[in-house]
Amino acid sequence: MTNTSVETPAERAADLQDERLVRTEGVRGAVLAFRQRVRGGDLGSLPVVIGLIVICIIFQVLNPNFLSANNLVNLTLQCAAVGTISIGIVLVLLLGQIDLSVGSVSGLAAAILGVGLTQLKWPVALAIIVALLVGAAIGYLYGLLFTRFGVPSFVITLAGLLAFLGLQLKILGPNGSINLPYDSWIVQFATSSFLPPWAAYALAVIAAGALFFSDVMRARRRRKAGLSTGALSVTLIKAIALLVVLLLAVAYLATDRGLGASFLLFVLLVIIMNFFLTRTRWGRSVFAVGGSVEAARRAGIKVNRIYITVFILCSSFAALGGLLASARLTSASLSSGGGDTNLNAIAAAVIGGTSLFGGRGSAYSALLGILVIQSISSGLTLLNLDSSIRYMITGAVLLLAVIIDSLSRRSRASHGQA
Amino acid sequence: MTMESAVAEPSSATREPVLSLRGVSKGFGAVRALTDIDLDIYPGEVVAIVGDNGAGKSTLVKILAGVHPQDSGTIKFDGQIVNIPTPTASRALGIATVFQDLALCDNLDVVSNLFLGREIVHGVSLDEEEMEQRSWSLLRQLSAKIPSVRIAVASLSGGQRQTVAIARSLIGEPSVVILDEPTAALGVAQTAEVLNLVERLRERGLGVLLISHNMADVQAVADRVAVLRLGRNNGDFHVADVSYEEIISAITGATDNVVTRRASAHAVESAAANAEATGASSSAAEAVAAPSAGAVAEPLPNNATGIDDATEENR
Repeated sequence: MTNTSVETPAERAADLQDERLVRTEGVRGAVLAFRQRVRGGDLGSLPVVIGLIVICIIFQVLNPNFLSANNLVNLTLQCAAVGTISIGIVLVLLLGQIDLSVGSVSGLAAAILGVGLTQLKWPVALAIIVALLVGAAIGYLYGLLFTRFGVPSFVITLAGLLAFLGLQLKILGPNGSINLPYDSWIVQFATSSFLPPWAAYALAVIAAGALFFSDVMRARRRRKAGLSTGALSVTLIKAIALLVVLLLAVAYLATDRGLGASFLLFVLLVIIMNFFLTRTRWGRSVFAVGGSVEAARRAGIKVNRIYITVFILCSSFAALGGLLASARLTSASLSSGGGDTNLNAIAAAVIGGTSLFGGRGSAYSALLGILVIQSISSGLTLLNLDSSIRYMITGAVLLLAVIIDSLSRRSRASHGQA
Repeated sequence: MTMESAVAEPSSATREPVLSLRGVSKGFGAVRALTDIDLDIYPGEVVAIVGDNGAGKSTLVKILAGVHPQDSGTIKFDGQIVNIPTPTASRALGIATVFQDLALCDNLDVVSNLFLGREIVHGVSLDEEEMEQRSWSLLRQLSAKIPSVRIAVASLSGGQRQTVAIARSLIGEPSVVILDEPTAALGVAQTAEVLNLVERLRERGLGVLLISHNMADVQAVADRVAVLRLGRNNGDFHVADVSYEEIISAITGATDNVVTRRASAHAVESAAANAEATGASSSAAEAVAAPSAGAVAEPLPNNATGIDDATEENR
């Protein structure tokens, strides 16, 4: 940046020429801008990060095993399945819709995997593909029902919840429970595949390096386009902070079994979906439809196509989550995808900071939200509290998250940024 | 329609209209919303369409925007007869419509809104830098006062939002811009801003179709005024040659309207009052009550009745 106090407006970058702009520079500027954003009600993922830290401190004080490497490794493995389902929920919430049937769809996928592997003797890959295709077909059906008949997604997916639960029971047959062969690779993948430490370290370095280089490349493109760029020091600090955090996490997890492959898959899916949501036309259209359907339609966006693709993705993620869950438990049963799967997936997305009203949120809220939910669940299990308390506390946290969402919305409104 | 003949085509010897409507009609069931509408828009010209509620202004806009196709009549664009079956077709021709309710996405920033549906992509990913740069150059050309293009549209003022909506219509390099009530619900300063913007569109050589209820705005920026009344052309004036009263009388239907009725009733009653001094109080009460009954209750001078009766042939 060439901003000095003596430059003329014409020399400034194209986006800094308005004299009303409060200009901020360097690290101090970044901190100031962040503080301003938070005060204006644009909390982003700040509340959930703080919440996660508070939860960790509380449980660590109550039970010193909470932050043990062993427990954290278990925690990451527990996150993968429901977290994957939650990515799909984030997508439908961004459109201002809901999918209540993700639990049933994940259970159906588990049943297909179980029956396919044991009774039909399918190869694992075929069973996975069939389960995912069934998930996609269900999403397509939802999309068609929603766009053709205008039935609220709440009702469609509530019907789906019942219907696909029935189909799951039908497929499982009279036994009601199928044990997956323990030596199949999907079970191995979900239960006992861990990255060797060198690979995990390499991945941490690659991630930080990728962040740094994408920021530097963006700064170069912006400079070329005559726009302002952030300070290099901020970029460097961000990348180094990420590197340190990732290396510490990997090193700590490596004292136990290490980084689980299924958790890595989940995180990769989150990063990929974040790219699609923020950097592609499709993602921009999703946010536009979530913000104002009519505006999106008039802008020439094929709104129905966006709805259908999002419903397909949501059900496919639900199916994938169901596969991961059943593989981790090495069984497909009547209870696969039942119980709190559905609500945990939805609660994770909301706790992570995705608005229930559409148009606001991020793929990362699936990751952050599921970490919060699983931390609570894991901590309460360590304290030998039963599930009655767990449900109540998770409910309270969900309520808190929604209250924070509403308060920050009000703050945005009062700061003229609703 | 005698009034229309009074208007000479603006320098039609050299220029071709960019958009030309002939005999356009549209019915909704038993209602004939538009009957035989003729309209020409030349490049670098601001044409205002005025008319009462139900005169057919919105229907005309919707036909041009591709929301409803016309039942009969022809639309010529750049001399070619065209069909406009869909909004996309309208945009592809080069007709940009800015609807009254703006149709912006509040949760997206200015750049995203400007390029919504027309994002510049580089491979699969969006070329944010190119879009931001082009947003700035576009907004500068329009002298728009937007402090940052990376803030959500929700945090902009009404005038700024209107500016973004109009700027967005220019992204596709249109030759005709249709503005539906661009100054409705705007403050004095914001209205002036938008009117400046309309003039800048004209300077760029675009044909501008301005739908407005606000005669002051129309007289401030329009070159021509086309009046619609009950779905028909009811006059086409050069703004420079026409008075406010003449436009109003064309909108309301000259001699038969609440204004003239009130004026004549007033005249009759005051005559009666003169004759019969005791009736004065009751007639004054009626005169006060009359304005609230009609939509056009503005204090028009009585010379509105001076309009030629011949305009009433299509009443």
